[in-house]
Amino acid sequence: MSVNVGAAGSADATRVESLGLAAVVQETGGLPPQRRPRLTVGRVLVLAALGVATLIFVYPFVWLLSASFKPRGEVFDNKLIPDTFTVENYLNVWQEAPMALWLLNTVIVTVLAAVTVTISSAMVAWGFSYFRFRGREALFGLVLATMMLPGAVTMIPTFLIWNSLGQVGTLTPLWAGNLFGSAFYIFLMRQFFQGLPRDPFEAATLDGANNWTLFWKIALPLTRPAVVVTLLFELQAAWTDLMRPLIYLRDSSTFTIPRGLKSLVDQYGFGGEWHWEIIVTASVITTVPMIIIFFLGQRHFIEGIATTGAKG
Amino acid sequence: MTATTSSPAAAEGRGRSAGRPAERPGQRRTRHRELRGALLFLSPWIVGFLVFTLWPVLYSGYLSLTDYDVLTDPEFVGLENYERMAQDDDVRLALWNTFYYTVLHVPLLVILSLALALLLNQAGRSAGFFRTAFFLPKMTPPVAVGVLLLLLFNGQGGLVNEVLGWFGIDGPNWTTDPAWVKPGIVLMSLWAIGSSVIILLAALRSVPQELYDSARVDGAGFWQRTLRITLPMISGPIFFIVVVNTIASFQTFTEAYTAFFGSGNTTYSNDAALFYVIYLFRQAFEFLDMGYASALAWLLFVIILLVTLVQLRVSRRFVFYEGEDR
Repeated sequence: MSVNVGAAGSADATRVESLGLAAVVQETGGLPPQRRPRLTVGRVLVLAALGVATLIFVYPFVWLLSASFKPRGEVFDNKLIPDTFTVENYLNVWQEAPMALWLLNTVIVTVLAAVTVTISSAMVAWGFSYFRFRGREALFGLVLATMMLPGAVTMIPTFLIWNSLGQVGTLTPLWAGNLFGSAFYIFLMRQFFQGLPRDPFEAATLDGANNWTLFWKIALPLTRPAVVVTLLFELQAAWTDLMRPLIYLRDSSTFTIPRGLKSLVDQYGFGGEWHWEIIVTASVITTVPMIIIFFLGQRHFIEGIATTGAKG
Repeated sequence: MTATTSSPAAAEGRGRSAGRPAERPGQRRTRHRELRGALLFLSPWIVGFLVFTLWPVLYSGYLSLTDYDVLTDPEFVGLENYERMAQDDDVRLALWNTFYYTVLHVPLLVILSLALALLLNQAGRSAGFFRTAFFLPKMTPPVAVGVLLLLLFNGQGGLVNEVLGWFGIDGPNWTTDPAWVKPGIVLMSLWAIGSSVIILLAALRSVPQELYDSARVDGAGFWQRTLRITLPMISGPIFFIVVVNTIASFQTFTEAYTAFFGSGNTTYSNDAALFYVIYLFRQAFEFLDMGYASALAWLLFVIILLVTLVQLRVSRRFVFYEGEDR
């Protein structure tokens, strides 16, 4: 492509318009220039309070991780360092449950869900921001309205659709709906696309580029922050989902890892004698990949939330 | 592409109407190109909307008037499901539990995340570190949060009761005593307030510094500045958090289902944690009573709609938007 996109190069996350919420991404990132704060009593109190809060937010992870290295009888001793350090729980979980398979299933679902929803939502968002046609605003209003509909209303007919397609019991229903875009991400990406200047696209059109080239080769690369935010949000949503796997998956060999963890809670907890060490260890295995993804995409997560006001 | 395309009116194709010059062939081609492009790019959503939203909504409405177990065809029963709902003690219980949870969860979430955001706003350079720490729990899969709830709030040796013990408090059996199950779930839910803190912090950072400077000149103290400037200036985001979390909390499911309900062959359940969507889910997918579950879904929809409308109405008195005359 011999298209000059010079002026558009600055179109990055900072161009995002607030989505109803006046939050400026720029301001959540770095810190405003300020003089070095003096250590006053007030500041010490603020830092102490934040330290206590941090402990409350972080300690459950530490607790869980430490408990997963304790033998059964000591899971509840609330000690930071295990009296008896053992990796046996991990070996046992791996033997008791098809952990590797569950992880593989989860990775398949998560990657397919994130990639499909990102591409389809970007396409639709581009359709709503670049082209002009009669009734555009009304149609976009309809997209937004679908966000308000509680999932419970569409849950049963959606199940019946996948059932009639013979897909219940497979991984398909967990991601294939994403081929059609998702209102929240369409909304998010449109905000980014609307910040793009029109010139490079008109220039490219004169050079003979078609609609798809404009979208795929120019618009999408220019809005990479939005693409990354969407991918990360959906990775997280798909990885952590329990309800859909509960509805659609029947055989333990098709379980995702949260569904597998639930089955372990049922089997080793409610099913009889509690085997906490199995449940604790499986919880760690379920959580750790999300924590890694979070640290890899931390800035994008936080900027995405500050900008869009995702729930929580 | 000609300049006309950037004017919506021209592209909307009213070119031939009175008072406008006739459309040139080139313009028509452009208009055609725009519409074709739009249809190409919008087609995923259009298909998805028709198949996965519009049809399900209509069909769910129909199913709510039927008796349907998936195995045999739906049998039309009129309003029977709705009459049954009115007499179902479990529906009343599930609604009560859900309201209880929402009324406790949402205000606590707002107050706590506001307090943390205000603290973070004072933290200077270290704010980034704390913000990351606060957000971490939000990444934990809800099913694992359900497990943590069982572990940390366990009456026999759980960490929460041990910490309470340091202060001489004899903690309750959070996970088995019906009176303490919901407060326990609420406390656990507050662990994952990271995104509300981030939203409010972003809002706080966008309040113009001049407002504080002039208030300081006028001799306003910290509390006065917070009450008179900060809170009004971020009332929009606060209201947003209230609405979004109210809606989410009416649909709470995973943590409580993981911790208090067995699926499959296990039958464990704790009525104190029977939230509305849990009841609906069990009707639909454990007892295959799809008609009844559809009626339950519609009741939930109506409740959420009404609550949101009331919140919007009430908010008009409290929420301040920039540029608005008061």
